[in-house]
Amino acid sequence: MTQKPKLAVWKFASCDGCQLSLLDCEDELLAVAGAVDIAYFPEATRRMVDGPYDVSLVEGSITTPHDAERIVAIRKNSKKLITIGACATAGGIQALRNFRDVKEWTSLVYAHPEYIDTLAHSSPIAEHVKVDFELRGCPINKMQLVEVLAAFLNQRKPLVPNHSVCVECKLNEQVCVMVTQQTPCLGPVTQAGCGALCPRYLRGCFGCFGPKENPNTASMATQWRTSGASESQIFRAFRGINGYAEAFRLESERSEQRLQPTEQEAK
Amino acid sequence: MHYRLEASDLEQLLDALKADGYALLGPQRQDNAILYDTLESVADLPQGWTDQQEAGQYKLKRREDAAYFGYVVGPRSWKRVFLPPRKRLWSATQQDGVWSISEEPLPTQKVALIGVRACEIHAIAIQDRVLREGPYPDPYYTTMRAQSLIIAVNCTQAAPTCFCTSMDTGPNATFGFDLSLTELLEPAHCFVVEVGSPKGQALVETLGLPAANDPDQARAQAGVDQARKQIKRTLQRDDVKALLYRNLEHARWDEVASRCLSCANCTMVCPTCFCTEMEDITDLTGDHAERWQRWDSCFHGQFTHVHGGPVRQSTRSRYRQWLTHKLASWEDQFGTTGCVGCGRCIAWCPAGIDLTAEVKAFRESEHTQENNKR
Ligand code: SF4
Ligand code: SF4
Ligand code: SF4
Ligand code: SF4
Ligand code: SF4
Repeated sequence: MTQKPKLAVWKFASCDGCQLSLLDCEDELLAVAGAVDIAYFPEATRRMVDGPYDVSLVEGSITTPHDAERIVAIRKNSKKLITIGACATAGGIQALRNFRDVKEWTSLVYAHPEYIDTLAHSSPIAEHVKVDFELRGCPINKMQLVEVLAAFLNQRKPLVPNHSVCVECKLNEQVCVMVTQQTPCLGPVTQAGCGALCPRYLRGCFGCFGPKENPNTASMATQWRTSGASESQIFRAFRGINGYAEAFRLESERSEQRLQPTEQEAK
Repeated sequence: MHYRLEASDLEQLLDALKADGYALLGPQRQDNAILYDTLESVADLPQGWTDQQEAGQYKLKRREDAAYFGYVVGPRSWKRVFLPPRKRLWSATQQDGVWSISEEPLPTQKVALIGVRACEIHAIAIQDRVLREGPYPDPYYTTMRAQSLIIAVNCTQAAPTCFCTSMDTGPNATFGFDLSLTELLEPAHCFVVEVGSPKGQALVETLGLPAANDPDQARAQAGVDQARKQIKRTLQRDDVKALLYRNLEHARWDEVASRCLSCANCTMVCPTCFCTEMEDITDLTGDHAERWQRWDSCFHGQFTHVHGGPVRQSTRSRYRQWLTHKLASWEDQFGTTGCVGCGRCIAWCPAGIDLTAEVKAFRESEHTQENNKR
C-alpha cells in the first residue's frame, strides 16, 4: 500500500475559525482522516510529524517579521500550499491597520508598546510565497474545504466557482432581498461559497468570500446609494473582513472621499 | 367553445387533476414574492394579492378584491420544472478496480402547472425548440414536458415591466395549453374556460362545466383588452436584429457595462435562457464520482474559459453576448426570438438595467447620426 499523503495545518494571525471548520466536518472528518495522514495540526492533536508535507493548509495573515520568515520555511517544506479564509487570502479584518498608522494604534492599545514587534501591514500569504490554491470565506465553507482536499488528493481541479453569490441565491430559488426590500446586499460583487446564507434569512450579504471575478463595485455602491444607504454604510461594507482585497479596497477608498466631515470623524 | 367555472368550484378542478395522478404546481406567496411551488389546494393560491414591479423592484401588495390570479410574473419561471437549477446526471463507483456507472433515473411523476401566463407558454415553446426538438433532446426535459399538463391564465392586468404585446406573446394564451382560464370578478367571481387539448376537454367533461354565455365571454375579452392597454413598455422588434448587428462596437455597450454587475440574475430568472454547466466531483477516496448539471450564464468568466482564460473578459462583451443572443443570434440559431417580453430580467436586475431601454438607446443614436448627416 502506498503511504497516505501528509497533511499539515498552519496558523498565522487569525481567529482559528477556519481550521476549526475542518474539525467541524464531523461526518467527513473520518473520511479525511482515512484519506490523509494528519501529520501536523496542533489545534487537533499533539502528534507532530516532521515535514516535508504533501499538502499544507495555511490559515491567517502575515503580521510580524517572524511570520514572514515562518511562511517561507513552510512553503519550502510543502509540496502543495493552500490558503484558507479571508485572513490568509486577503489579510483579514486585521488588515484594517493597513489604512492607518500602526505605531499610533499600538501606543493607544498597549501599556508597553515597545514590546510589540509588528509589521505596518497585515498581508495575505500570496504576497509572500507562491500559493497553489486560495479558498475564500470568513469562515470558509467546510464542504468547499473537503472538495478542495478531494480535488488535490485526486489531482483534479477544485470545483469552487468564482461567480456571484446571486447565482447561489437563484440556484436555491431564494427571493432577492435587494429587489423586494431594497436591503443593501453585496451579493452581486461577492464570490459564491456560502450558499447565499444571509439572503436566505432575508439579510443582505456582507461579502465574506471577497470580490467575485469581474466585480463592478462602483455600480454596486451607486445602487446602494439609490436604494437609500448612507455613505458610511457603503464605506463600512467595503472596508470589512475582505477590505484589503483590491476591488473592495478601491471602492472603500472612493467612498471615503465622499464621506461627510462628521462621518469622517466617526469612521 | 367556452365554458364557465364558478370560483367556488376551482377546488374541484384541482381535485380532478389530483385524482388523475397529477402533482400540482402553482403560485403562492412566499418570502415577499409570488412563487411557483407545490400546490395542495386553492387555499395556497395568492388570493387577494398583487405585485408591483419596476426596474430593479418588486413588491407585494394587498388587492381590494378576492382575485386568485391578480398578479403577473415572479422571479421563478416554469423552466425549473423542465430544466431544474441543479440536477445529477450520473454517478460512478469503483470497486476492486472496476467502475460501475449508474445513470440518474428519469422522473415519472406527472405534473399540472396551474396559472401559466401567455408569455410563459411562448417561453416553454422556445425552450422546446432548443431542448426537445433539436438534434440533441435533453432526456429529463423531454420526459417532464411529455408528462406535464398546462392550465393557463390569461392576464387581465399587466405590470409596468411587461412588454409581451411587442413580442406577440400575450397577454392571452393562444396555444400550448390544455385549459386556459380568464378570471372574472364581476358580477360574480368565476372563470371563463377555453379548451386547448383532448385532455382539457376530458377535464371539462369530468367537471360537467356549462357553456359560458355571451356576456361572460365579452367580459373575459374586456379583461384581456384591459391588460393590453396597461402595457406601456415597448420593444420595436421588426429590425432589432439588424440594429444590434450594425452596432456591435457602439459606445453604448461600455455605458451599460459601467452599470452591469455581471451578477447573472437576468439569465437565472429568464424563462428562455437554457445554458448549463457540467460539474464533476469525486469524494476524498476517488472511488465515487458524480456529474451534475447546473444553470450557467454568459455573464460568467468561466462560461467562455479556454486554455489561458475566458474569451469574454469584460462585462461589455458579456452584456453584448446576452442582448444579441436574446434578440438577434437566437433567431439565427433557432428561428425564433429568445425573448418573450415577460420583464423578469428588468425587475430582478439589482442594477435596474432594462433591455428595452438599451435597444431604444441604440436606435436613438442612429436617428441622431442620421439627423446630423442631414
Ligand atoms: S439577495 Fe443579494 S445575493 Fe441574492 S440575488 Fe439579490 S442581490 Fe444577489
Ligand atoms: S455575508 Fe455574504 S458571503 Fe457571508 S455568509 Fe452572508 S451571504 Fe454568505
Ligand atoms: S443586466 Fe442586471 S441582472 Fe444582468 S448581469 Fe447585469 S446587473 Fe446582473
Ligand atoms: S442569453 Fe446567455 S445564458 Fe441565456 S441562453 Fe443565451 S448565452 Fe445562454
Ligand atoms: S430577456 Fe427578459 S423579458 Fe425577455 S424573456 Fe428573458 S427575462 Fe423575459
